Amino acid sequence: MPIHLTINDKAITVPEGATILEAAGANGIHIPTLCHHPDLTNVGACRMCVVSVERARGVQTACTTPATEGMVVNTMSPAVVETRKFVLEMLLTDHPNDCMTCEVNGDCELQDLVYDYGVKWPEHNGRRHQYEIDPDPNPFIFIDRNKCILCGRCIRTCDEIQNRSIWSFANRGFESKLVAGADQLMLDAGCESCGQCVAYCPVGALFDKMSLGKGRANQAEKVRTTCGYCGVGCNFDLNVRDGEIVRVTSAHDAPVNGMALCVKGRYGYDYVNHPDRLTRPMVRVKWLDAEKVAERVESGQWTLFSEAEQRRASLSYRRTSGDGKSVAPNPQSQISADTFVKTDWDTALNVVAHKFTQVKKELGGEAFALFASAKCTNEENFIFNKFTRQMLATHSIDHCARL
Amino acid sequence: MTNSIADITEESQCIFIIGSNTTENHPVIGTKIRGAKRHRGAKLIVADPRRIDITDYADLHLRHTPGTDIALLNGLMHIILRQGWQDDEFITNRTEGFAELKAVVEKYTPEVTSAITGVPVADIELAARMMAENRPGALIYAMGITQHTTGVANVMSCANLQMLLGNMGKRGGGVNPLRGQNNVQGACDLGGLPNVYPGYQKVTDAKVREKFEKAWGVPQPDSVGLTVTEMLKAAEEGKVHCLYIIGENPMTSDPDLNHVRFSLQKTEFIVLQELFFSETAQFADVIFPAASFAEKEGTFTNTERRIQRLRKAIDPPGEAKEDTWIMFQLAKRMLALGAATPDPEAPYGDWEYRDVTDIEEEINALTPIYAGVTWERLEAGEALHWPVPSPDHPGTPILHTRQFSRGKGLFVGMDHVPPAELPDEEYPLMLTTGRVIYHWHGGEMTHRARGLEAMYPEALVEIHPKDARKAHISDGDLMKVASRRGEILAKAQITDRVEPGLIFTTFHFAESAANFLTNPALDPQAKIPEYKVCAVKVEKA
Ligand code: SF4
Ligand code: SF4
Ligand code: FES
Repeated sequence: MPIHLTINDKAITVPEGATILEAAGANGIHIPTLCHHPDLTNVGACRMCVVSVERARGVQTACTTPATEGMVVNTMSPAVVETRKFVLEMLLTDHPNDCMTCEVNGDCELQDLVYDYGVKWPEHNGRRHQYEIDPDPNPFIFIDRNKCILCGRCIRTCDEIQNRSIWSFANRGFESKLVAGADQLMLDAGCESCGQCVAYCPVGALFDKMSLGKGRANQAEKVRTTCGYCGVGCNFDLNVRDGEIVRVTSAHDAPVNGMALCVKGRYGYDYVNHPDRLTRPMVRVKWLDAEKVAERVESGQWTLFSEAEQRRASLSYRRTSGDGKSVAPNPQSQISADTFVKTDWDTALNVVAHKFTQVKKELGGEAFALFASAKCTNEENFIFNKFTRQMLATHSIDHCARL
Repeated sequence: MTNSIADITEESQCIFIIGSNTTENHPVIGTKIRGAKRHRGAKLIVADPRRIDITDYADLHLRHTPGTDIALLNGLMHIILRQGWQDDEFITNRTEGFAELKAVVEKYTPEVTSAITGVPVADIELAARMMAENRPGALIYAMGITQHTTGVANVMSCANLQMLLGNMGKRGGGVNPLRGQNNVQGACDLGGLPNVYPGYQKVTDAKVREKFEKAWGVPQPDSVGLTVTEMLKAAEEGKVHCLYIIGENPMTSDPDLNHVRFSLQKTEFIVLQELFFSETAQFADVIFPAASFAEKEGTFTNTERRIQRLRKAIDPPGEAKEDTWIMFQLAKRMLALGAATPDPEAPYGDWEYRDVTDIEEEINALTPIYAGVTWERLEAGEALHWPVPSPDHPGTPILHTRQFSRGKGLFVGMDHVPPAELPDEEYPLMLTTGRVIYHWHGGEMTHRARGLEAMYPEALVEIHPKDARKAHISDGDLMKVASRRGEILAKAQITDRVEPGLIFTTFHFAESAANFLTNPALDPQAKIPEYKVCAVKVEKA
């Protein structure tokens, strides 16, 4: 049975069971909220969404009050505005005045509402919490309880979306406090570092540690892409500032995963900027003209990939033998046939093109095999397949699908 | 996957996971399965030798011995048939070979099954009942099913069970392999396999070859190529002279690493395209620096056959280049040197691509299942499930709704065959391998991601308190694990996640990679090595 009601003099019809908030939203009428989130159940905790309903006493929370037949709602009555201002003032009495350096400045639901309702910073000498900032040693999630507005969105996120139920409130009244598990460290409480709770925090109480000080929302450009780790195919936004990935944020309209990501997708991106990245084509000396090597190395156009550098850049070595820095650099005179030289693209490509062409002419396609990659794109794999089958004339192309 | 993640997690009444550590390897699917169980009461049955995260949420954990999947599945089918719970209508209309299946599973009484698998009779009975009473049900599997010498037979047994229950071709059902790498599906779809062209068009089919000969303007060889494992062998024997390795690290991901090292050393010429100086890089002759996922345009196909955009966010560092740029350059140079002489009339014979959209167009033209996956649709934000046979086709989230690829679904009765190598007096323990949530394969990426590395910085071997006590190993002790092929050192993690007689480790750490130990015995058809079972011994190091 559809329900007919009036909101701000507008006649509205909604399906049975809709809340006043949903009824208004579906008809372009904005009601401010804080503890509500469309992905989560409603708890009516913050009272930001209050509205006046004719013939009802006081104001009602729109996020939890169902629309009923014949209801007449006013979303901006003086009583409503007063209540919202009071809610915001109360929140500010126990909130640090830190927007200037806050990570989420410009991307904060509380800040926006305080601005919209013209609430002033309450100077007072009463009690403000002095929680330790970033008290949890986990590598991913930053906590500042001083900024927590006790909306409980993180609690419901972890419980309803992530299905881990790590967060809860301990104590009552002024002593209410967000805790992980039985007031434990997050990881000890069973947190899997997915970062969903951060994604749903409306203020700066939970934040991504790796992104602290790296750039605020308005300073970064968002690029929608697909995760490079597992086959689930989550989509997210890479936040880029000055050519560096500074944060991963999840996106509501991601087709497979919505706002959900795992620890690798959300926090596993920094390898991209790692100093170990290979940045120049390299060829072993034996495939180059020795005189040319000497000359180019002398002139600085090419450089040797020294043993020390090689070890530094190689995980297995570094992991078993410390950082590799103690290895004495190879004196340049010790060039052997196996030394890698950082050359230029033209040289490296020509070495391979000549070798491949010669082998193909002498031995045919059977002398080649190509490992394609399950990490590469569809288009790249198609090109590898064409290269193998057309250029090399063999079907010996495979990848680690089996492994 | 025959089905989509959404229809399984939203509509399946019973989710049966076998051989998938879903929470750690496909975390967001794990999240959604936990949700299906908690919020709408879907039944969850997990068959896994280890206690893993998802088993903590399961209604029933069937803790079978590694390598006994067929017996377990047969045992379930035995009960279903005994009780008359099979979907007769589906069997009659959509399948064949039922009589043969029946004859095979007849032998797998609960008692026989229990003796082989180690799962109590009552649990097998209960699992069968749960599956029968809660339909549609989805079966989900991963490497725990495929990485066995009986991998193909394991997969067929999964299909047998789902057809018997009539769980195919409908929402909330299906046989659903979770693919490991982000684009392993796409690499298979687009020709990264030795027996098929893009879109699984067989290289042994003369008509198919003719199509590609016309498109690319060169004659095509008529025999299938080598698989990864065969390539390494052929290189070692001097039959393959040049190996071109792109973004793969056989020095950590292949079985029996000592042997891989030997093969690579013997290979005449190795070209490697990589992000980092990997273990395999030590054996390369030429290394091309490549671009990461954030530095290029294209698409990935996920485990539910869904094609999604990848977008370039930053430039590659230094002189690193996209893989396609490298290959275009190489191909053009080789053409100039006369390595191949494609017919100039061939529509796709040359290597002049303006950008990724030109490649997409060639894919659309030559790959029927991707024919309708045009760049325009991708740009417009469509995330289609293949097959997409034409530009106006909406995609195919669920396969086999009306018929199977071969027409009727074929039951193939399979018998239990033990793994190639079982514990004996000398190597008394069974080793099984896998992954943890914080790392990815050889860890070339995740060991260089600070937070992930901090979470799991070193190789651990899970061992049961009983076995640890026998070997005088305490928690955190360095221990030596040896198989017939090699040995590794790693720290002991004493836990009842494994049962007595079984130990577990990962292949994420090059210096103690499980693959020094694993058995290269292959499934005869799929050529997948038996990573999930080998015999080892342990001692305190
Ligand atoms: S990171 Fe994920 S698991 Fe951990 S508390 Fe937040 S939502 Fe829960
Ligand atoms: S975010 Fe996690 S679950 Fe999603 S694709 Fe990436 S690795 Fe897989
Ligand atoms: S948004 Fe309705 S009470 Fe918080």
